[in-house]
Amino acid sequence: MKCQECGQRPATVHFTKIVQGDKSEFHLCEVCAREKGEWMSPASAGFSLNSLLSGLLNFDPPGGTAAAPPRCSTCGLTYSQFSQYGRFGCADCYKHFQSRLEPLLRKVHGSTTHAGKVPRRTGGKIKLQRELDKLRAQLQAAVQAERFEEAAELRDKIRAFEQQLGN
Amino acid sequence: MSVHDFLNTSPAWMKESGPESDIVVSTRIRIARNLARYPFCTLLTDSDAEKIVEEARRALKSPDMRQVGRFELFRSWELSDVERQVFVEKHLISPALAEEARRGAFAVSSDESVSIMINEEDHLRIQCIVPGFQVRHAWQLASLVDDILESKLDYAFHEKYGYLTSCPTNVGTGIRASVMMHLPGLVLTQQINRILSAISQVGLVVRGLYGEGSDAIGNLFQISNQITLGQSEEEILENLQGVVKQILEHERAARKQLLRDNREALEDRIWRSYGILAYARKIESKEAMQRLSDVKLGIDLGTIKGVSAGILKELMVMTRPAILQKLTGKELAPGERDWRRAAIIRERLRSDSASVS
Repeated sequence: MKCQECGQRPATVHFTKIVQGDKSEFHLCEVCAREKGEWMSPASAGFSLNSLLSGLLNFDPPGGTAAAPPRCSTCGLTYSQFSQYGRFGCADCYKHFQSRLEPLLRKVHGSTTHAGKVPRRTGGKIKLQRELDKLRAQLQAAVQAERFEEAAELRDKIRAFEQQLGN
Repeated sequence: MSVHDFLNTSPAWMKESGPESDIVVSTRIRIARNLARYPFCTLLTDSDAEKIVEEARRALKSPDMRQVGRFELFRSWELSDVERQVFVEKHLISPALAEEARRGAFAVSSDESVSIMINEEDHLRIQCIVPGFQVRHAWQLASLVDDILESKLDYAFHEKYGYLTSCPTNVGTGIRASVMMHLPGLVLTQQINRILSAISQVGLVVRGLYGEGSDAIGNLFQISNQITLGQSEEEILENLQGVVKQILEHERAARKQLLRDNREALEDRIWRSYGILAYARKIESKEAMQRLSDVKLGIDLGTIKGVSAGILKELMVMTRPAILQKLTGKELAPGERDWRRAAIIRERLRSDSASVS
């Protein structure tokens, strides 16, 4: 699609403008968009999820900032870059910024621990561990309710799982 | 299938009807995945981006994938802007991927129910769209594709945080499930805002037709989950399903109320819209959507007979600017598009009523 202003360059800025209920669509190239003052740089884009996120990120947890390394040693992304863009640079950022990440995740998701699907091939051990935790809870409940036959079965299952996990 | 075939056919979710399809247009599941050992997309080099496309291509070609369908891989730079835009308008790729012209790629299954975006915000985004209200079915399909890809590719996964994503709002399950609903009854009875604000209080979010930042044209609303961490996929989907069922009931009650209290005004509105669509020579996208919404309501209420509800769902997509240009085979100025759009709607309404009656 060509820019609707100059008709030369490809349109890379697409947006919808609503003025008093009237909606119009614009397809402009960056140059024309800048000239028209319609272009908002990603940093100032008022309504994107990422900019909202960066609002959440620029805070220090109460009781002082946890000692987080300012930079991810794998990809080199700094925490302030992350808080500006709202995107991580690599998987290891989750480890390097962990102390700062926890309060953020709690704010966004209300939780900090994954409870869903686990990859079959690479996540086999995690899956077993989860199953084991579940069985232990069931065992506890069975013992408390004095369902000893069931408890014995669960105990055997737990043993088998523990062997698989190698402890 | 060639790019030409994809550009000229309509996806299954548009042609077929599904459960509750008088109100639920489609169900979509998207899951975000990243490959271990590569930087995320913001820091990805062009050569790594190409390697990821290649790894994904090989995984998609594996025999296991046949049970899902045959996939065609498109590299963004091999397509024109309009061609990419067509895939956006058919909801097969996101606007963000269409703009990632240099490094982005995507694969689409032949019936267009599954698409896999490569190097968008995350390395992989698996997306399934099915007609009507079929949250479980869409999830099973997406999860199957995920399992097959996972058996070939090393995903970035963390014991505590789950599937790692570029943006922490997607971490954990990486799942975004959305149900697209047509809610003219709630809009006309002015109950919509109350319901939408209630939705946001239970961890769900409402968006317009084309996702984040777009408004609800044609009374179409997309209800999706917000939270991806701490809840299992089942919990997320159940929550969404429960809320959608409630909205369905409210919409049905609102339609009944309109028929009871305002039948004449409602029927007048529906037939006027039908008249405009059947005879107009020029129509703008926004008006077309609104009129199509009225006509769809008329069909669902039994006011209009002889026109299938499905064809209107199709028209909502087939009259979008880029698809119109592709159907016409040349670039169209906005005024010409309005002319062409009106012609397509007229033709479809005519052929449909002829074939049904």
